[in-house]
Amino acid sequence: MAKPKITFYWCASCGGCEEAIVDLAEDILKVVEAVDIVFWPCAMDFKKSDVEAMEDGSITVSFINGAINSDEQEEMVKVLRKKSQVVIAFGACSHLGGIPSLANLTTKDKILEASYLKGPTNVNSEKTLPMVKVPVKEGELHLPELQEIAKALDQVIDVDYYIPGCSVPKQLILDAVTALLSGNLPPKGSVLAPKKTNCDTCDRNKTKPEKLEIDRFYRPYEIELDEEKCFLAQGVICMGPVTRGGCDERCVKGNMPCRGCFGPVDNVFDQGAKFVSALASLFNAKTDEEVQKIVDSIDDPAGTFYRFSVAKSMIGHKV
Amino acid sequence: MSSEKGFEPRIVAFLCNWCSYTGADLAGTARMKYPANVRTIRVMCSGRVDAQFVMKAFAEGADAVLISGCHTPSDCHYQEGNFKALRRYYLLKKMLPQFGIEPERLRLEWISAAEGDKFQEVCTEFTEQIKRLGPSPVKKGVKNG
Amino acid sequence: MADNTIKIKINGFEVEAFDRQPLIEVAEKIGVKIPTLCHNPIIEPYGVCRVCTVEVRHRNRVRMVTACNYPVTNGIEVFTDSERVIRNRKLIIEWLLGRCGNVKVLNDLAEQYGITEPRFGRGTDDCILCGLCVRMCQDVVKANVLGFFERGPKRYVSTSFDQTSDLCITCGACASVCPTGCIKIDKLEEGTYKEMPMGPVTPIHIDFMQAVPKKAVIDKESCINFKTGGCKVCVDVCDAEAIDHSMEAKEKEVDVGTIILSTGFQLQNGEELKEYGYGKYPNILSSLDFEVLNNANGPTGGKIFTRDGRVPKSIGIVHCVGSRDKKYHEYCSRVCCMYALKFAHLIKEKIHDCEVYNFYIDMRCFGKGYEEFYNRLLREGVNFVRGKVAEITDAALDKSEQGKLILRAEDTLIGTVRRIPVDMVVLCLAIEAQKDAKEVSHFFSCSVGRDGFFIEKHPKLAPVSTAADGIFIAGAAQGPKDIPDTVAQAGAAASAVLSLIQQKEVEAEVVTASIDEEICSGCQICVGLCPYTAITYNKDKNISELNEALCKGCGTCVAACPSGAAQQKNFRDNQIFAEIKGILAV
Repeated sequence: MAKPKITFYWCASCGGCEEAIVDLAEDILKVVEAVDIVFWPCAMDFKKSDVEAMEDGSITVSFINGAINSDEQEEMVKVLRKKSQVVIAFGACSHLGGIPSLANLTTKDKILEASYLKGPTNVNSEKTLPMVKVPVKEGELHLPELQEIAKALDQVIDVDYYIPGCSVPKQLILDAVTALLSGNLPPKGSVLAPKKTNCDTCDRNKTKPEKLEIDRFYRPYEIELDEEKCFLAQGVICMGPVTRGGCDERCVKGNMPCRGCFGPVDNVFDQGAKFVSALASLFNAKTDEEVQKIVDSIDDPAGTFYRFSVAKSMIGHKV
Repeated sequence: MSSEKGFEPRIVAFLCNWCSYTGADLAGTARMKYPANVRTIRVMCSGRVDAQFVMKAFAEGADAVLISGCHTPSDCHYQEGNFKALRRYYLLKKMLPQFGIEPERLRLEWISAAEGDKFQEVCTEFTEQIKRLGPSPVKKGVKNG
Repeated sequence: MADNTIKIKINGFEVEAFDRQPLIEVAEKIGVKIPTLCHNPIIEPYGVCRVCTVEVRHRNRVRMVTACNYPVTNGIEVFTDSERVIRNRKLIIEWLLGRCGNVKVLNDLAEQYGITEPRFGRGTDDCILCGLCVRMCQDVVKANVLGFFERGPKRYVSTSFDQTSDLCITCGACASVCPTGCIKIDKLEEGTYKEMPMGPVTPIHIDFMQAVPKKAVIDKESCINFKTGGCKVCVDVCDAEAIDHSMEAKEKEVDVGTIILSTGFQLQNGEELKEYGYGKYPNILSSLDFEVLNNANGPTGGKIFTRDGRVPKSIGIVHCVGSRDKKYHEYCSRVCCMYALKFAHLIKEKIHDCEVYNFYIDMRCFGKGYEEFYNRLLREGVNFVRGKVAEITDAALDKSEQGKLILRAEDTLIGTVRRIPVDMVVLCLAIEAQKDAKEVSHFFSCSVGRDGFFIEKHPKLAPVSTAADGIFIAGAAQGPKDIPDTVAQAGAAASAVLSLIQQKEVEAEVVTASIDEEICSGCQICVGLCPYTAITYNKDKNISELNEALCKGCGTCVAACPSGAAQQKNFRDNQIFAEIKGILAV
């Protein structure tokens, strides 16, 4: 019997999710043995036209990572959707929009300005900005356009499963692939990771005081971070309570608070807003002035609470 | 919604059952006139109001959101729920502009069961204010949940 | 118990007595009166005046003894009115007259025994040295202020070193037992009242005759027993043995299922309204002051006098003081018009030619027979001035106003500002909520309205219920009202309570929250947020658990739960999202 065909594609991505595959190390050999990778722009030399030439549904699984913020990506994922039986959004960016979707809190013009005109190391006296059409010797070259809004994968195509994380932990990939190959999958639309949040497995959870009350917040660099105490109890913003578990709390174990890359659990629809409700409830403040003071100690609420999920927030982008 | 001139704001109001909802009811029974722009949703306590509700309301096209509960410090029927509403409100107010939503579109008021007239006043004033501010910048575009 | 009853004879009659019982007590038992001067049943007998001297025959011996302290023994024969006794008695009275010739009690006795010309003349002293005051002060009251000094004809009663004693607690017991009235206590002239006491002002007293319950209370501040450990005469005279000075206030915890709050009202403090001069001019009374004055148990026995004891020729009654007034209370206090009319009527009844002026804005006679009563007053010649009194002053503009209180008001029916001088003013002050009504309401999970009174669940359909199940309100605590309305409300509240406590099952709070243990990650954020401590963290399972019996259904934990594990019945996230979506669909 023919081996199942799989693809890996990256959209607006840092490459970390590709790394995650590579990080499977020896285990990757098992994967390679079991399947036929027919498209992996990062590592293999297949072309778009190769994919377009395939029969619809002939690809068993496509793992797509990265947010979608260019015409090219949008086009490619649509092709992959057509050709694949199962599409898996791989990593935080395709799951939630990820870091690229932080761009949604500003405008395309401001981004281009910052990158190409106002950057401290820019040398761009002609004020050249990326163009969509450029005349070359051979004719006119059409290039993909940066879109106004970065999107999560399921905002462009139908997605069957999600594997969360920035990037995806090794075990999660192995579990997912095993499940896929054995046909033992949960209902369509599921996130292939635990149903509970980080506090369920976090070592620091039991160090929380009986009544958690926060007088002010500290950025992680502002104080000496205690290696065993719950970050919230130290006044450091940790998204752990509002973030799906499954990452083995690798950041917390590295003495840094969780940033929420796995996204919310099933019953929560807007991770950032939910965290506003949860976190604010803990303020030790009863008057307008007291509350305002504590709020003042939180820089950039949107950027912090929606670090990975702006695209999937209810509002989606700065209007 | 029609042109700016004839713009009728749609305001979602979350009212706590014991004080604000009753106060609004009093406005009704006393035949106090207030604009129909305010659409009420009853919750048992202002402490029930999740920031997700506020975001959802804006995402669905609300031009403004009003949260109303029992007076601080000591009128909350459940003792402290109104403090939680107060805290979430201030954090939300800081975050909304980051999404391009003017902070004036979110308002928190304490309206007691006897203050039918205050409810009338707040609704009238808020509607006027939002009328001047214009429709919400949120278009029913990218929506989730 | 040894039976110590004996038999003796008094004036020929055989009578039973206790061995060594004082003779005077035994005589009294059979109705034989023996005159005394220095005897008082609550004080140890002294036998000093000798007036009670009688003849006692035992075996063959005859003796003259004082009946007040003679201990009877078995078989004695007593003669209280024999010739010898009478002769003796007359002599004693004459001797006493020789010292205190003008004392009434002695002269009464003299008349009784036919003494017209006392042989030893009439002395000018008024103290008969009976020692009742001394014994009262030393043995009963135990203040030890009075004593006998000097001997023989120089003997007199006084305080130590004849100086005003610091030990005297002004109980007045000495004066109350003095038979001659030579101990005087400064009495206020009839009609002049400084404070407004209701009824008698003894330390043990019944507040006033209409009190409910009509039981005596002891005022710890003035009771002699609490000062000196003495007296307790009340205990001696109480047949029911109901008096216990050692009673302490006890705190009792009672488990109840329903509560009715009927904490009443307070009358506005008249001094707040400076323009009316309450507290500044002594003859301006509040409505309650006037009620006390008018009451038969009041300081003047119900007679209407000014503070300095004159009968007022004119009285002004001011309606709407502090009510219907944006500066104080916007509401109408409901009861004042009617009681003001009552006052007018009572004044007219007690002082026929008194000019009574009622200053009103509107005459609110809303009840059964109320309007008819108003009409009656119109016929009785009460003056009604439709105008709010602007000020009350004693600054007289002419002789007719001198010494009077002048009420200035615009009489809106004739369109003129009037100055009406009167001798006394009664202010119908506003009925206010109790000072601590707000605290009490918080304690019972109710609320108060802007006027300070408890808020009913619904003004028409649930006037005695509150937002909290099982807590009811009744009476003036809910708003100013008169007695018929209060009684009706009290009945309504009582019946609401009865119907509630007779139910076998009660519906518990429906909209409680719950925590799905499949989803709960044990982050414990909800635990500290619950004001009812309904949520506890289970260390072993690493989840938070919610006790639905304690949950009151506020939903705060639900909003705060970062994993959506906590949800509230009827107010689930998805339900509210649906409401939002629906409400914005058009």
